[in-house]
Amino acid sequence: MTIPLRLTLNGQTRAIALEDPRITLLDLLRERLGLTGAKKGCDRGQCGACTVLVDGRRINACLTLAASLDGAEVLTIEGLAEGDRLHPVQAAFIAHDGFQCGFCTPGQIMSAVGLIREGHAGTDPERIREGMSGNLCRCGAYAGILEAVRDAAGQTEHREDAA
Amino acid sequence: MRTFDYIRPASLPEAVAAGQQPDTAYLAAGTNLVDLMKGGVATPARIVDITRLPGLSAIERLPDGGTRVGALVRNSDLAYDAAFAETYPMVAEALLAGASAQLRNAATVGGNLMQRTRCPYFTDAVSPCNKREPGAGCAALGHATRIHAVQGWSEHCIATHPSDFCVPLVALDAVVEIAGPDGERTVPLTAFHHLPGDHPERETALRPGELITALRLPPEAAAFQGNARYLKVRDRTSYAFAVVSAAAALTLDGGTIGRARLAFGGLALKPWRVEEAEAALVGHAPSPEAYAKAAALALDGARPTGEANAFKIELARRVAVRALTLAAAGTPARIPALPASPFGIV
Repeated sequence: MTIPLRLTLNGQTRAIALEDPRITLLDLLRERLGLTGAKKGCDRGQCGACTVLVDGRRINACLTLAASLDGAEVLTIEGLAEGDRLHPVQAAFIAHDGFQCGFCTPGQIMSAVGLIREGHAGTDPERIREGMSGNLCRCGAYAGILEAVRDAAGQTEHREDAA
Repeated sequence: MRTFDYIRPASLPEAVAAGQQPDTAYLAAGTNLVDLMKGGVATPARIVDITRLPGLSAIERLPDGGTRVGALVRNSDLAYDAAFAETYPMVAEALLAGASAQLRNAATVGGNLMQRTRCPYFTDAVSPCNKREPGAGCAALGHATRIHAVQGWSEHCIATHPSDFCVPLVALDAVVEIAGPDGERTVPLTAFHHLPGDHPERETALRPGELITALRLPPEAAAFQGNARYLKVRDRTSYAFAVVSAAAALTLDGGTIGRARLAFGGLALKPWRVEEAEAALVGHAPSPEAYAKAAALALDGARPTGEANAFKIELARRVAVRALTLAAAGTPARIPALPASPFGIV
């Protein structure tokens, strides 16, 4: 049984034939489409390393059956920068040393992008910590991650104030 | 994961028709179902994907003052719906106290009601478990952990229901709207989840092939908006299931309690509501003594299932007293940074 699937992936329309209904969005990205930015950590929705945006919202790609996403818009870490210009959240992670080994970083960054878009945390450290609690970092780079997210959130607020 | 046939119906009648085959599961976000399928705990032969069915994603205020929430409304959309959160603040607080932001963005209202216990002997897929295999026995019995039941359990199952969301909903008399082969019906949420008794495998009031379509809050549920809180005690401040939680809601008429609602999470295989405890509060001034009396009544008959969870009975009394104290102090203007946490709230 082949399942037809149409996705807008990082801005490009893709028509995909799924030959197995068990394929998750994470496996589709990594194994079929060559997008290995989203990571497979726990594969059970606990670590957040697979975080991507679907229709603008951050979700765990490992728990999402690809077949259920017909017509959806997916944004992964590969689609975040504009050419050589990093997304402000990517730049902030570098500026604040928001990582050590880097394995969780694509998920952290996509989660932070989602968090800032949701607009409920602002630059409040406690709300950012809570809002990022679905992303684990085994290196314990949380202090840098928090500063990166605060910085990027503050820049976003500043831009919105100016607009 | 066992493979399955994948069916994507275009309408609710098509979905219900497809759901009539044995060994079929409805898929919404899949945040719990897909996890259980990966672990070999759930092994459906057919999946009916209702994710994109039209007509099940609305939050509507009803003419009678109640609210209907479609089964496919995402947890985060409901929690951040300004009108909903203002009217039912402890429901929003409970939603935001559950899971992670990623899971709340995906998980649905109907799926939350249908989520399975996190008893480790159930989720490991190999231990004897009467839920997975009726008659197999209960591996948890004699090996109870902090998340096992102290109310309503049987020698066949000591699991708890993991939902935060369902706790304030039970306190507010929510009703579940269901579609099935014989048409539509409603079930009060208090009667939706079953205690284990002799049949822990019979988890809910849903008959085979039935599908949750909406959740309804009755008009009276809006009366508590000024004095309603959800308090959750857990092993981490965020992203952990409740050890014990309580939803407390009051109406205050002058110096006395007019109406009271009190329900607990983490104690039993369903949200635990004790109407005698609520009745004991009515007509009294809000006071630590009145709360303690209600808390004692609420935990009447509680029995631990092992050394590891005996502390939960006293903890639940204290959580009830604190939740009632917070409710009497008034609903905060904004949900705290750490929703439902005993830390960081005044």
